[in-house]
Amino acid sequence: EITMSLIGMKVPMQLCLLLCSLRFILSAEKSDAKSSRDIRCKCICPPYKDVQGMIYNQNVSLKDCNCLHVVDPMPVEGKDVEAYCLRCECTYEERSSGTIKVTIIIYLFILGLLLLYMFYLTMLEPVLKRRLFGHSQLIQSEDDVGDQQPFANAHNVLSRSRSQSNMLNKVEHAQQRWRRQVQEQRKSVFDRHVVLS
Amino acid sequence: PHSSLTNCRNNHNADRSALYIFVLVWCVTAGPSVTPGEEVNGWGNPMDLFDEPFPDVSTYEDFHTIDWLREKSRDTDRHRKVRSRRVTLLDAWSGWVVMLLIGLLSGTLAGVIDLAVDWMTDLKEGVCLSALWYSHEQCCWTSNETTFDDRDKCPQWQTWSELMTGHAEGAGAYVLNYFLYVLWALFFAFLAVSLVRVFAPYACGSGIPEIKTILSGFIIRGYLGKWTLLIKTVTLVLAVSSGLSLGKEGPLVHVACCCGNLFSSLFSKYSKNEGKRREVLSAAAAAGVSVAFGAPIGGVLFSLEEVSYYFPLKTLWRSFFAALVAAFTLRSINPFGNNRLVLFYVEYHTPWYMAELVPFILLGVFGGVWGALFIRANIAWCRRRKTTRLGRYPVLEVIAVTAITAVVAFPNPYTRRSTSQLISELFNDCGPLDSSRLCDYVNDPNMTRPVDDIPDRPAGPGVYTAIWQLALALIFKIVVTIFTFGIKVPSGLFIPSMAVGAIAGRIMGIAVEQMAYHHHDWIIFKKWCRPGADCVTPGLYAMVGAAACLGGVTRMTVSLVVIMFELTGGLEYIVPLMAAAVTSKWVGDAFGREGIYEAHIQLNGYPFLDTKDEFTHRTLAADVMHPRRGEPPLAVLTQDGTTVEDVEELIKETDYNGFPVVVSRKSERLIGFVQRRDLTLAIKNARQKQEGVVSNSVVYFTEEMPLLPPSCPQPLKLRCILNLSPFTVTDHTPMETVVDIFRKLGLRQCLVTRSGRLLGIITKKDVLRHMAQMMNQDPDSIMFN
Repeated sequence: EITMSLIGMKVPMQLCLLLCSLRFILSAEKSDAKSSRDIRCKCICPPYKDVQGMIYNQNVSLKDCNCLHVVDPMPVEGKDVEAYCLRCECTYEERSSGTIKVTIIIYLFILGLLLLYMFYLTMLEPVLKRRLFGHSQLIQSEDDVGDQQPFANAHNVLSRSRSQSNMLNKVEHAQQRWRRQVQEQRKSVFDRHVVLS
Repeated sequence: PHSSLTNCRNNHNADRSALYIFVLVWCVTAGPSVTPGEEVNGWGNPMDLFDEPFPDVSTYEDFHTIDWLREKSRDTDRHRKVRSRRVTLLDAWSGWVVMLLIGLLSGTLAGVIDLAVDWMTDLKEGVCLSALWYSHEQCCWTSNETTFDDRDKCPQWQTWSELMTGHAEGAGAYVLNYFLYVLWALFFAFLAVSLVRVFAPYACGSGIPEIKTILSGFIIRGYLGKWTLLIKTVTLVLAVSSGLSLGKEGPLVHVACCCGNLFSSLFSKYSKNEGKRREVLSAAAAAGVSVAFGAPIGGVLFSLEEVSYYFPLKTLWRSFFAALVAAFTLRSINPFGNNRLVLFYVEYHTPWYMAELVPFILLGVFGGVWGALFIRANIAWCRRRKTTRLGRYPVLEVIAVTAITAVVAFPNPYTRRSTSQLISELFNDCGPLDSSRLCDYVNDPNMTRPVDDIPDRPAGPGVYTAIWQLALALIFKIVVTIFTFGIKVPSGLFIPSMAVGAIAGRIMGIAVEQMAYHHHDWIIFKKWCRPGADCVTPGLYAMVGAAACLGGVTRMTVSLVVIMFELTGGLEYIVPLMAAAVTSKWVGDAFGREGIYEAHIQLNGYPFLDTKDEFTHRTLAADVMHPRRGEPPLAVLTQDGTTVEDVEELIKETDYNGFPVVVSRKSERLIGFVQRRDLTLAIKNARQKQEGVVSNSVVYFTEEMPLLPPSCPQPLKLRCILNLSPFTVTDHTPMETVVDIFRKLGLRQCLVTRSGRLLGIITKKDVLRHMAQMMNQDPDSIMFN
């Protein structure tokens, strides 16, 4: 429970810092690991006489990115080469495959964490609540404004037996406060339609 | 006994407020801001992160307006203190450090969003087998098996039906692909709305109307918080990937403002002063638009024109810096693989002709008409959602809209792909090498001209198919966006309106092009079109149409034109863009004065006093002030006649935000004004901490203690929370002037006097109600104070 409350408050700040630091790591990665898969020169040549249209891809640098270097083997003979190459269009493109991979993996990781936490908050916590405190507390809880009130008592009950440091107490209080805020927001937006309608 | 209130020192300059207010009026009206040098920043204790913020006298309550004058005078105070301590250099740099951090984080988040959207949009259709994290285009990037006719097919990318059953073509494969497309779309939308509902309900919607209100001085606690930032970023990707007809530009402004709020809380210079914080938020909004469009200058102008309320010159320079840093960060992440910031950057230089202004103006008219219709329809639908049972099922509503969108969008190839890709294809001109259906012109096989100079060609059958598919897509987008903007996931409006305009523009461009080709002997075309020359560029028409529709909906002027020409990379098309933007604004204004954001502000009843409207009625202050005839008299405090008990009862019985203090009930001469919140906190503090203060203690606001018999309990001095220079007008002041004062100074209330005696009070809510009444709108729709 304590790790979950820790996650509740510290996740956003940590993630912001993580993202910022990762951006510097990514740029460093890009600059020294420019693998050959990440640059290409793409030449598109339309149909000419009886040669059909073709697309050529090669890993060449910017100065070599033209029809003569990339179109290989050349489908036409000597004097037609110039006419053929005039129609072709060659573009040089770069990408960073490392950035893409890291970004997608981080995004999915964060999404997964959020989904797990959401699952915990909506499904597991009421079940745990019921199991720890039985039915009587649940009836009492229905009069409360927030459905986490009995659980707040649970934290207090459990904490009285062991000595908790100031920090953990504060984190739990912060988490309870956050949940109350979210509940207020939910009421404003979804129930009373006061903002964001 | 000395008072234990913390800001007594800050408020003792209330006597000199008059001078500061004079300076402030100069600053705000003349433009350039006076900055005598900046101050020390205090770094907060990290453990304080978990403490509940102590509601001291300087914080505001949720859903209340700030006092701009007080914030300004507190900032000037802070300046003087820091100057005396000589730590000015560090303080001066704190502003620039905040801008730098905002730019870095906004650019990073925008890059993450772009890459993730790219991947997840393609995930609805298939998957890349060689590397699961590649989108369709990235997957086929290195492949050598792409052919000229099938440019986007490669063996590494397989559609779901191909993966599951091994068949790529056929009716069964089509149905399976269709089914899985709809399923993925529903899954993404469901995740998005659930995350919004459970973690951050403020993350839904566009965000721009609320940010406009916040920047005008309103407080919405939690709207720019860390959880809102995280959830908005994550769910924006999900919402855009699910194929809904929404964009990411408005939410990116919200994300950038959340970053601004996050970093401004690191420095006490910004975290403790709501007025200074709004300067940072203005700059952050500029950074948000800059990364959305790849247009730093357009972003600054958008922040200036649309979002901000007060915009001193200092903010202009800092916004530009933040926008540049954000654009540079996004470019270094390079999400689109070719060093461009936006997916639909075009770079052609074909000339346009004067006679083409006629279709451009027609596109402007279309944009204005569509904008007005969209605003009316969307507001009507949102009002229905707000007041009827529809609003009780937000999750079901999102799922229903997604289902309808996905089911109708899949069959049409132009709506199946993401809207950004559609716009990109429509903006691009057709060279001889394009293989899309839209570019299926009949090519002359002997032609050897370079791409830019292809003469006009007759349309092949593919173009006609594309035109009627595009027409269907246009109708679909027009209808579905009305129901999509405002649902409970992050939703923006720029991309759908640009799509509507681009489709209309492209259809018109192709029509004009074919007319010019087939009837090149008509007088109009003969003057400008030689046969065998390039006359008409349908891509340009698409751009002009997009600008017209965006202008019609948001009623932007300068910022729209600058954004569009930064998108196109050239100054050649400024005149067509301006013609369309101006026409669409005129036509739109003929139907209704407000853009979509002002309309949403009105729907929600935010206390936003628009600076753009002109108040031209001839009412006086006496017509608007309270109390009117028949109402109970004004609730006032006397300077030394009320007891603590009386004050508490007054606070309990009424819900006014402040009370004027007069000399006595008989003479009613005004001394000052005291805020309700300050009074409550001061009395609570005094009861707890000062000895001898009981219910019968007299509350006095004068400098010296009043003469009381010795049997009376200890009196309570509350002079330090009294504002000794409240704004007053006489009862014959025209409302024009009063509205001007409220706008320029950001007042919350203004007292009305006659011959020196207090007559009544005008609050911002009264002003807004009066303006609504004058415009024949419902004055009871103003909800907040």
